[in-house]
Amino acid sequence: MSTVSTANAVSKSFDFKAFMKRWGILLVLVGMSVLLSFLTISNGVSIFLKFRNIVNILRQSSVIGIIALGVTYIIITGGIDLSSGSLVAMIGCISAILAREIYGLPVIVPVAGALVLGFLAGSINGALHAKFKIPPFIATLGMMVSARGVGFLITNGRPIDNLTLSYQYLGQGSILEFGKNFFIPIPVIIFLGMALISHFLLSQTRFGKYTYAIGGNEQAAYICGVNVDRHKILVYGWAGFLTSIAAVVLTSRVSAGQPSAGLMYELDAIASAVIGGTSLQGGIGTIGGTVVGTLIIAVMNNGLQLLGVSSYWQQILKGVIIVTAVVLDTMKNRGKK
Amino acid sequence: MAEEFLLEMEHIRKQFPGVLALDDVHLKVRPGTVHALMGENGAGKSTLMKVLLGIYAPDDGVIRFDGVEHLQMDIHSSLTHGISMIHQELSPILHMTVGENIFLGREPLLNKIGWVDHKKLYQQTQDLFDDLGIDINPMTKMVNLSIANMQMVEIATSISYNSKLIIMDEPTSAITEKEVAHLFHMINTLRDKGVSIIYITHKMDEVFEISDEVTVLRDGQFVGTELASDIDKNKLISMMVGRELTNFFPKEDAEITDVKLEVRNISLEGKYRNVSFFVKKGEILGIAGLMGSGRTEVIESIFGVDPPESGEILIDGEPVEITRPMDAISHGMGLLTEDRKMTGLFLPLSVTDNMVASNIDKYVSAKGLNNKLIDADCERQRVALSVKTPSLDQIILNLSGGNQQKVLIARWLLTEPDILILDEPTRGIDVGAKSEIHKLMTKLAQSGKAIIMVSSEMPEILGMSDRVVVMHEGEKAGELSREDATQERVLQLASGEKITQ
Repeated sequence: MSTVSTANAVSKSFDFKAFMKRWGILLVLVGMSVLLSFLTISNGVSIFLKFRNIVNILRQSSVIGIIALGVTYIIITGGIDLSSGSLVAMIGCISAILAREIYGLPVIVPVAGALVLGFLAGSINGALHAKFKIPPFIATLGMMVSARGVGFLITNGRPIDNLTLSYQYLGQGSILEFGKNFFIPIPVIIFLGMALISHFLLSQTRFGKYTYAIGGNEQAAYICGVNVDRHKILVYGWAGFLTSIAAVVLTSRVSAGQPSAGLMYELDAIASAVIGGTSLQGGIGTIGGTVVGTLIIAVMNNGLQLLGVSSYWQQILKGVIIVTAVVLDTMKNRGKK
Repeated sequence: MAEEFLLEMEHIRKQFPGVLALDDVHLKVRPGTVHALMGENGAGKSTLMKVLLGIYAPDDGVIRFDGVEHLQMDIHSSLTHGISMIHQELSPILHMTVGENIFLGREPLLNKIGWVDHKKLYQQTQDLFDDLGIDINPMTKMVNLSIANMQMVEIATSISYNSKLIIMDEPTSAITEKEVAHLFHMINTLRDKGVSIIYITHKMDEVFEISDEVTVLRDGQFVGTELASDIDKNKLISMMVGRELTNFFPKEDAEITDVKLEVRNISLEGKYRNVSFFVKKGEILGIAGLMGSGRTEVIESIFGVDPPESGEILIDGEPVEITRPMDAISHGMGLLTEDRKMTGLFLPLSVTDNMVASNIDKYVSAKGLNNKLIDADCERQRVALSVKTPSLDQIILNLSGGNQQKVLIARWLLTEPDILILDEPTRGIDVGAKSEIHKLMTKLAQSGKAIIMVSSEMPEILGMSDRVVVMHEGEKAGELSREDATQERVLQLASGEKITQ
């Protein structure tokens, strides 16, 4: 079969708008980092750029980052997930109970238990939305409130500690240690690993195509033969699965399951996705964008801390950044019509 | 001395890209009369009304209303001029009361803070209703009213603005016979008060029952204005359709063989009843009918979007169960939906993603999707249908309507269907793309596919169909062979008349 002139062969001059649309948010991250590198120079050394500081930023952003990966999928389908913070607490507590020293269970038990539970809880969110036609805002709001309650109920409101060492290693250990100055914490490895998997799942598979299709036009997806209900349940299940990984990482890092953990994490995760260019209208978003969005929040927090700015200001600025990101995004789209 | 005409629109011309929507059209309405405006879909009725309301500016012509001459109307001042329109689809604020809806934006106030004088508001509404003989409680919420009563409220609203001219767009399309009688009574009351009414309708009987004069448009051109008492139905129909088929249709004969798809007595409550027809391999079956006649509902049902409650669907003579689109696709069917934007396109996604959406299973492999095969297939379709796009990665939102439509057709061709259902395949696209799509349909029929085409455009129905099924108010009104199908006959069946031989 002869392929005549391919569509892609059309000569491409440099398109500044398209370039900014694709890479703009990364440029913001790079710009912020460069600025902070200079602002934090003391005694001729940039504190921001120190290896230990960079690793710190990555480690701090890993929990929210892992949650945000799943939230990105959900937002691309046109939905929302308010339950992730509470699920982190509930799953963390249950995982901690299974990981207690006195039971001495192998590390696989609390981990696998958490993952199964996360997938189930997420699937329930999805099923409530898909099968009973409840808006995802309400379905996940219900889960948010109830899961937090379950966390308090099973722990009597007290932290679960004395966890096995192998369990604690998941959140506190490092690999590739070369002396004191080079190491990579396991949470960072997990975050980046899950980001890669999420990226390929979203961009290279049928599962990903259906996710975009449902968010782009649910009715059209249905007519194209997509099993919309089942796919939604799977997407929410996948997000719950990722949330449970975040729960294990957090519980292990702080060596305790706490029913009050993960407060407002859902909002940080949504903010990361939105700053990264995921559209709340559905159909638009990338994992790369979400990772960058997560890092922007983390770098800003870190930088302001290094500069001695009060945490209250960090809070205020975070709000400003979220709104700015969405305003820029809206303006970009308005120009097109 | 009173003017002879309340409204005079003369030599109105409106050009859209690729289409001359109105060409030297006239409309003259006398005060205190009901003036029917008739014509087929696409004749230019709604464009003319949009010009009158100021939604479109005419390219040429003059509008005199109430003695004042305008080159174009202003959309914001049509109400203050005294023109209002009762739309076919009403859009009241459902959870506010009748009175609140009528006085929205001009509520009587108690003081400068903006405290609404509810007592006065409801009193004024009641006075208005008494004057017009409307029996609706002003404090009822809109959501509790029937469609007919919502119409009454809208009419009262226009009267409260002192409208001298009220445009009614197919006001009887969604109300019962008893309510129609009430509506006509209301129209007579308004006429006695000196209000003029432009009455848009497809229904012949209504024209003769209610209107004083009739203006007919056809293909954007002015056919004539007649006194309703001077003409009869046959004359009116011939005014509406009296045109030669000028459009060239590239329909060629295909070998028509076995029955591919058959439906027997399918019904869906509130949508359509007892519909039966079949389509053979190599055949193009046209489905005609007025808007709301159930055409789209029937074919979407067959495809499983909203499956029929009773009746049978057979493919190759075997009964099949189709409860969702997935089932239809696995039985070799494809459906190009009526509304591109609402149910067809994934606007934020690329041309490629839009094209392969119903065929992804084919590209799944152990290593993820076979992108090479996807690109090759899409490129082949792009060339075959000559889709104009800078690249296949282009977001489909940026393509023209005709090219978007071609991408959607390519989507279904990729699934290699045996039965292709096309709902308004050429709506809203330019002439060139239209003719390309018609050629493609002929080619597909020749390759042995069974094609069902729903269309509102008479020339398309007559030009492309091997057989025509005509729907009327949810029922199959009749079936015509290509030889027997004339504009008059299709229109007679579509408007519920018996065929005159």
